[in-house]
Amino acid sequence: MMKKTENELEAQTEECTPLVPLHQIFIVFLKIGAFTFGGGYVMLPIIQRELVSCKNWLESEEFYDILVLIQGLPGPVALNCALLTARKMRGMLGGVVAATGVILPSLIIIISIAAFLFPVIRGTYYVEAAFYGIRPAVTALVAAAAINMGRDLIRDKLGLFLLIILFFAGWWIGIHPIFLLLVGGFTGWIYYYHYREGDGE
Amino acid sequence: MTILPFLPHLYWVFLQIGLFSFGGGYAMFPLIKAEVIGREWLSASEFVDIVAVAEMTPGTIAANSATFTGFQIAGFPGAIIATLGVITPSLVLLLFWGNILLKAKENAHMQSVLKGLRPAFIALIAMAAVFLGETSFVDLPSVIIFGVLFGLIIWRKVSPFLLIGTGALLGIILYPLFP
Repeated sequence: MMKKTENELEAQTEECTPLVPLHQIFIVFLKIGAFTFGGGYVMLPIIQRELVSCKNWLESEEFYDILVLIQGLPGPVALNCALLTARKMRGMLGGVVAATGVILPSLIIIISIAAFLFPVIRGTYYVEAAFYGIRPAVTALVAAAAINMGRDLIRDKLGLFLLIILFFAGWWIGIHPIFLLLVGGFTGWIYYYHYREGDGE
Repeated sequence: MTILPFLPHLYWVFLQIGLFSFGGGYAMFPLIKAEVIGREWLSASEFVDIVAVAEMTPGTIAANSATFTGFQIAGFPGAIIATLGVITPSLVLLLFWGNILLKAKENAHMQSVLKGLRPAFIALIAMAAVFLGETSFVDLPSVIIFGVLFGLIIWRKVSPFLLIGTGALLGIILYPLFP
């Protein structure tokens, strides 16, 4: 009985969408991990293009569902996307393979830089001069991310109020970030759960 | 080696960082600040350099920063352990409950918690920006570099890589003028 259904299932999947080979999943995510500059949010559209448009491994709707979920998950954005998409295609094993692919380049590249390049160049004149300009650049990037995300995601007065209160509680009073997240989540649960009917916007 | 007994502690710290970094890399910086700089494992300026390298190299910013921070704290084993720590919550959560979470995302309780988490994680990113500013604004020219680049990214949507490249160039030009 078990064997029969398995065979049927295999015949069926063979017919419309053959199982995606694990090594191909690995290679796609390895490429994305190794060649995408700018972090997780830059990777998401690239993962979408690779899996949905180029390879047809996933439906567009399936990917959209995953995108919605990722916004509420902790951890590296690209890793979460890799895990969820590969899990859809090849189950838990696929998830492990994709996660390895997307993280491995970070490990190799960063360890090489930290072990061999950084100790040698750090302290030399030109690198110090470059970092003098790179540090404000990084600050600008993160500040812009805060402003852009605030613009996109803060939609009501309570959101803005929470943002301001939590920011000052963290920055001025030095409340631990984990506590700020717990307060935000709990307030949201209390408020939005009770006012979800009236929330038209 | 004296480093071995320390590794489980490092793993535990980065596991917490991974578990509470909603929205990825940027929201992770205040956590690294609280957990790593607070314990004096790293100095603030070392941390800013780590952020810079994490932004300039390919890969996810969260994994890059964890790997680099781990390496600076405890060498090669530290890099592996910190990265494993930061990815463990995602791995466990999504490998075992990925499908359940995909279905549960419409759940009204979960939706309301997420709505409240958004302002909190944007507050964390804003805190990260202020903290980076505190360590990178050492004089007037460095503030001017920030102003120019901030304008570029807000109005022109310049890519992070190009922006950091421009920052490096401005640094090399302006650094000798203000000793």
